[in-house]
Amino acid sequence: MKLPFKRMTQTISTLLLMIVSGSVLAEYKLNFQEPVTALGQEIFDLHMLVFWICVWIAVAVFAVMFYSMYAHRKSRGAVSADFHENTTVEIIWTIVPFIILLSVAIPATSTLIDIEDASDSDLTIKVTGLQWKWKYEYDADGTPVSFISSLNPEHKLASARNSGVDVTKIKNYLLEVDNMMVIPVNKKVRLLVTSDDVIHSWWVPAFATKKDAIPGYVNEIWTKVEKVGIYRGQCAELCGKDHAFMPIVVKVVEEAEYNTWLAARKVEAVAAAAEAASDKVWSKEELIARGEKIYMGKGGCFGCHGANGEGVAVFPKLAGSAIATGPAEGHIDIVKNGKPGTAMAAFSSQLNDLELASVITFERNSWGNTASVVQPADIKAAR
Amino acid sequence: MTATTTHDAHHDEIPTGIKRWLFTTNHKDIGTMYLWFSFTMLLIGGMFALVIRAELFQPGLQIVDPNFFNMMTTLHGLVMVFGAIMPAFVGLANWQVPMMIGAPDMALPRMNNWSFWILPFAGILLLAPMFFGGNFSSGQGPAFGWTFYEPLSGQYDKLVFFVFAVHLLGFSSIMGSINIIATILNMRAPGMSLMKMPMFVWTWLITAFLLIAVMPVLAGVVTMMLTDKYFGTSFFDAAGGGDPVLFQHVFWFFGHPEVYIMILPAFGVVSEIIPTFARKKLFGYASMVYATASIAFLSFIVWAHHMFTVGMPVAGELYFLYATVLIAVPTGVKIFNWVSTMYRGSMTFETPMLWALCFVILFTIGGFSGLMLGVAPADFQYHDTYFVVAHFHYVLVSGSLFAIFAAVYFWLPKWTGNMYNTTLASWHFWLSTIAMNLTFFPMHFTGLAGMPRRYSDYPIQFTEFNAISSIGAFIFGFSQLIFLYLVIKTIKGGEKATDKVWEGSHGLEWTLASPAPYHSFVTAPEVK
Ligand code: HEC
Ligand SMILES: [Cu+2]
Repeated sequence: MKLPFKRMTQTISTLLLMIVSGSVLAEYKLNFQEPVTALGQEIFDLHMLVFWICVWIAVAVFAVMFYSMYAHRKSRGAVSADFHENTTVEIIWTIVPFIILLSVAIPATSTLIDIEDASDSDLTIKVTGLQWKWKYEYDADGTPVSFISSLNPEHKLASARNSGVDVTKIKNYLLEVDNMMVIPVNKKVRLLVTSDDVIHSWWVPAFATKKDAIPGYVNEIWTKVEKVGIYRGQCAELCGKDHAFMPIVVKVVEEAEYNTWLAARKVEAVAAAAEAASDKVWSKEELIARGEKIYMGKGGCFGCHGANGEGVAVFPKLAGSAIATGPAEGHIDIVKNGKPGTAMAAFSSQLNDLELASVITFERNSWGNTASVVQPADIKAAR
Repeated sequence: MTATTTHDAHHDEIPTGIKRWLFTTNHKDIGTMYLWFSFTMLLIGGMFALVIRAELFQPGLQIVDPNFFNMMTTLHGLVMVFGAIMPAFVGLANWQVPMMIGAPDMALPRMNNWSFWILPFAGILLLAPMFFGGNFSSGQGPAFGWTFYEPLSGQYDKLVFFVFAVHLLGFSSIMGSINIIATILNMRAPGMSLMKMPMFVWTWLITAFLLIAVMPVLAGVVTMMLTDKYFGTSFFDAAGGGDPVLFQHVFWFFGHPEVYIMILPAFGVVSEIIPTFARKKLFGYASMVYATASIAFLSFIVWAHHMFTVGMPVAGELYFLYATVLIAVPTGVKIFNWVSTMYRGSMTFETPMLWALCFVILFTIGGFSGLMLGVAPADFQYHDTYFVVAHFHYVLVSGSLFAIFAAVYFWLPKWTGNMYNTTLASWHFWLSTIAMNLTFFPMHFTGLAGMPRRYSDYPIQFTEFNAISSIGAFIFGFSQLIFLYLVIKTIKGGEKATDKVWEGSHGLEWTLASPAPYHSFVTAPEVK
């Protein structure tokens, strides 16, 4: 408890300093991030319109109220009047708010219709929410290109209690991923948002796009970003333990750069698919090395089962577990097919056979576990 | 229609000891138990909130792990909604409704006892899993948010405890509501027509109907979760052909009226207090009644504004947008009526009035952020951020909770026969008000700047406002101990209160002695 206490006193003192020096307002955003899409600007304007309407109504109502509190107080000798209704006034203050509301509803309607119009898009990307990472799927001239985007594991480890790391020193803390989503600038990008486990919500504030990722649904949103740059967002719907740890990072680039990037991704995808499909027999060491990367990265296994297989919160430990040290069939089954009704997902939709074999072999031969090696062929053979 | 009541001699002896409380059928005893239960829950839920605020004081995790954090947000919400706010209003109804309508007791006293005594068991079922799993830090309480969205809640392996806790809460609320309706409709003093009822009684009558309408919906949705989890159905499981969005529709069909269940009686309380201390009749009594009824009606047809981001058809979104902003009209009427009651009154600012005025101002601010949230395109940005958290704490803390405090300070002298220490009361008021704003006002900014809610850890640009919120929350939390001390002290003794208590008192409850007799109106008063 020593560390937090020190940090605490530090924050309080910097905070006081900043309030005194008036820099709080300068440095910290009080409003939406600056929109980089036309739609975002439209939403921003609507937001400010409603805000100012509220402010003016508040000023009017509170002025009357404070005036009465001042002028009509008993201590100033006020004697109460005995009116207690007035039909005209009551009708006016029912109708006037109604008209004000109309003035909000009209622009809101047109904005809403714009938001929901994803027609004539230039490209489509499928976005899938997973506990606790995102999967992006592109179509590169008929070849599917897909990758998982998860929080930089160093941030996750730094976040942990007693990590000893001062997170305020980490650049873009909690907002950095291994694989960014890449889109071209000034193109209408349609996103199909769904989920494979629980509900998530894909949100990039600067684009003003937020849509829930719901299992069994494919939701449609679109965005047309007008400025090259890197934009960061976070999952907005509570999705379990690591809800705070599945950021979204979108890199917006010129079209040519986008095409080069996609082509490179396509080459990688083809190579990886070929590698996984080959019936090469891998050595134990090769599999373990690859498996560790998946365990700590793409698979995100460490988020639930712990960096040392020790299990986190309510999630089981794998070090010494019956399944991870027992027959390979059981182990393959739970990783490949998951366990319905629990947080253990079916990883066959996220990892290819080689990756599955690697991570399983890694788990069977780490943290004191010593069990058989699993080859991609075993995965293929298993149901 | 009046119940004429003759009392046997033995009825007037108050049983003593634990039996008095276990077997009591007296509306005041039951009201007292509801209020103490509610206050206990307020402290428990408050402790959960302080764990949340302590953790969020700084980025990085210092005190709890993410799962425990989620458990705290979940239980904080559930305990405050079902354990603190709702029972407090039922407690107030128990104490006040018979006294305000000139009845001796509630219409169904035995059911009244039962509806209270179910509550502690529901509370235990809800909180018990926190202590499973050996040590406290690996507690296995629910961690899926108070809205318990499927399919996340389906992953919880102690779901059955949660489901039965909710069932029990539902039984309790439904029985309580039936009782309140039966009492109001059958036991009013001769001459008290519906349109002569005090506003507090009116708002509770409407609230009770809302409760009866929606608690079965809540029970239904948790039962569907139960069969999904344990009996192989798939109402909400997409893999089995079910629909996770259906869950949200059913939940919010309960949930939206639920938020009005927590605010309508607060409107009633404030409508009693403001005229008393402005020494002027409530402005627009009839329009107040109609506004309450229209809010109640509208509350059934706006539920999906909580779920604009699930991806509804445009037509649906537009409908829910229009219906939602429409609620501003009757709500505005209420606020205008309160302000007009003050206008050209003869005002004094005793403790209950301070709370009531503060309610009007801060609830209005919560109402404005509510209006903003109702505008669907903007809601896409606000949704699931701290802006929403700020909004609903303005309406639930400075709304419902402040109204409950106002009510207690208003009627406590009648209940105990003693006047409380007004200096302490002022301390409680000012500390709570300042701390409340310190806690929740910055959340508007954190939310707009983009911090999602229910986050155990956050990017560093949100640090400063979170730190301010945390400091405010601790001041707010500890200020409530002043209230506890004050109430206990007032029960024990103090300056004797007159029967009328306040100069501007009106209404039947002030014609009874202070403290109010064990059986309220043994002979029915006449209302002109
Ligand atoms: C979202 C949390 C989560 C993630 C991420 C996760 N698991 Fe699991 N895992 C679970 C849960 C929960 C169980 C227990 C299921 C049950 O009730 O039997 C489990 C069980 C297991 C088991 C069986 C353990 C035993 O002894 O019962 C293995 C093996 C396993 N997971 C491997 C993996 C691998 C490999 C990965 C990464 C590719 C992974 N898990 C990622 C939550 C997770
Ligand atoms: Cu998520």
